[in-house]
Amino acid sequence: MKAFDYVRADSPEAAVSACGMGEARFIAGGTNLLDLMKLQIMAPQRLVDISRLDLADMKETEEGGLLIGALMPNADLAAHPVVRRHYPVLSRALLAGATGQLRNKASTGGNLLQRTRCYYFYDPGMDCNKRAPGSGCSAREGFNRNLAILGTSEHCIATHPSDMAVAMRALDATILTLRSQGDGRRIPIADFYCLPGDTPHIENILEPGELITHIELPPPPPGQQLYRKVRDRASYAFALVSVAGVLDMKEGRISSVALAFGGLAHMPWRDPRVEERLLGQEPSPALFEAAADILLGEAQGYGSNDFKIPLARRVLVAALRELTGGGIQ
Amino acid sequence: MRFIVNNTPYEVNADVRTSLLDLLREHLGLTGTKKGCDHGQCGACTILVNGRRINSCLTLAVMHEGDAITTIEGLGAPEALHSLQQAFVRHDAFQCGYCTPGQICSAVGMIDEVARGWPSHVSPELDHPPGLTDSEIRERMSGNLCRCSAYPNIVDAIRDVVESRQ
Repeated sequence: MKAFDYVRADSPEAAVSACGMGEARFIAGGTNLLDLMKLQIMAPQRLVDISRLDLADMKETEEGGLLIGALMPNADLAAHPVVRRHYPVLSRALLAGATGQLRNKASTGGNLLQRTRCYYFYDPGMDCNKRAPGSGCSAREGFNRNLAILGTSEHCIATHPSDMAVAMRALDATILTLRSQGDGRRIPIADFYCLPGDTPHIENILEPGELITHIELPPPPPGQQLYRKVRDRASYAFALVSVAGVLDMKEGRISSVALAFGGLAHMPWRDPRVEERLLGQEPSPALFEAAADILLGEAQGYGSNDFKIPLARRVLVAALRELTGGGIQ
Repeated sequence: MRFIVNNTPYEVNADVRTSLLDLLREHLGLTGTKKGCDHGQCGACTILVNGRRINSCLTLAVMHEGDAITTIEGLGAPEALHSLQQAFVRHDAFQCGYCTPGQICSAVGMIDEVARGWPSHVSPELDHPPGLTDSEIRERMSGNLCRCSAYPNIVDAIRDVVESRQ
């Protein structure tokens, strides 16, 4: 690990101020950052420890939603009674990720900022435009079983690894931040992440030194919620394909629907055209297949991840069956 | 830096890069906690911080000044084994033993999580956590690898302790 200055912040304002210059990073749980620092994939010159800030609580908002402190551990968020009862898709997504030890340490804000687990990003001996911009992408022609089929570019086919962020995307979360100028932003999660394009090292719209302080959820959506994850092991593995679904029915027709996908793209993937196709319709196998046609119309495999295209179709169809009361078939 | 490990205070000069795992092993001589992968994948370094199980390899020691740190040495001693240590011996729940301190610290934290009603990925209902079935134990212990593959006996040992407390 490269040497760094360590600063323990005693307020969000002090943290932002300490992180505003040079190659500085916030550290909260550290479960991803320290992993990467040991491999010298990340080498910040300064670590600003925010883990003792008073940002680990949750409270209900006036609108009936939730304001989640960015430092709330993943384990506490998953187990919170309000989340379990009213946002089960979020509990299920969190519990489907990592291990008990990691969920105890990892923070809500940090989970949103996880780096990809692309093998080539993690191997400093290989070309990676995300780790070393301009060096090339070894993954396109390499072992890309776990990599993206949607929204890719010639420069990067990495996936975002988070399960939690997929549920947050389906729930239309808003990310609250504090900037070094002292002002904050409210960023809808739909606008937070970036596709790789020709700058795959830029993964979200946070500015240097901008601190996530809270994540806000709107009031609980009506209807059914689920998180379905397919992976290579029964536990402790990243998603090959996952879906967070929220769906309500009225008089036999789909009256509201949100579907976000993990394991398919550089960001939690949500396609409004899929949801528009489903809205107002009576559930049927043909409808679900039509939705999958739209989701995967532009999907592209890179060899060892070709299987994700039919897999994503099946995961979507199975999720829609379950969400519309058709049971698991 | 000042630390409280197994109720004993320590004062140490160490580089800020020192992981909590390296602090325990290299600076405090508490070698019961093991280093396996050093990347949070194997669980051999699992310890309890303020009662919660974490991977000590994936956190900086300096971030835990003042926390209550518990290692395997704080759970039991050769002449006074912890109930989980006794159960691991009784059920032959290890072969080489390298993962065992992490397994036991993890099980202590895990049993507490169940007592608090936390559901897991395999819990059928989020609101009504089931008892500690074998599939629950396996899911909740998935962060602790055993290359000797003593898993069936590890599950037996943990179940034995949980049932004997009921």
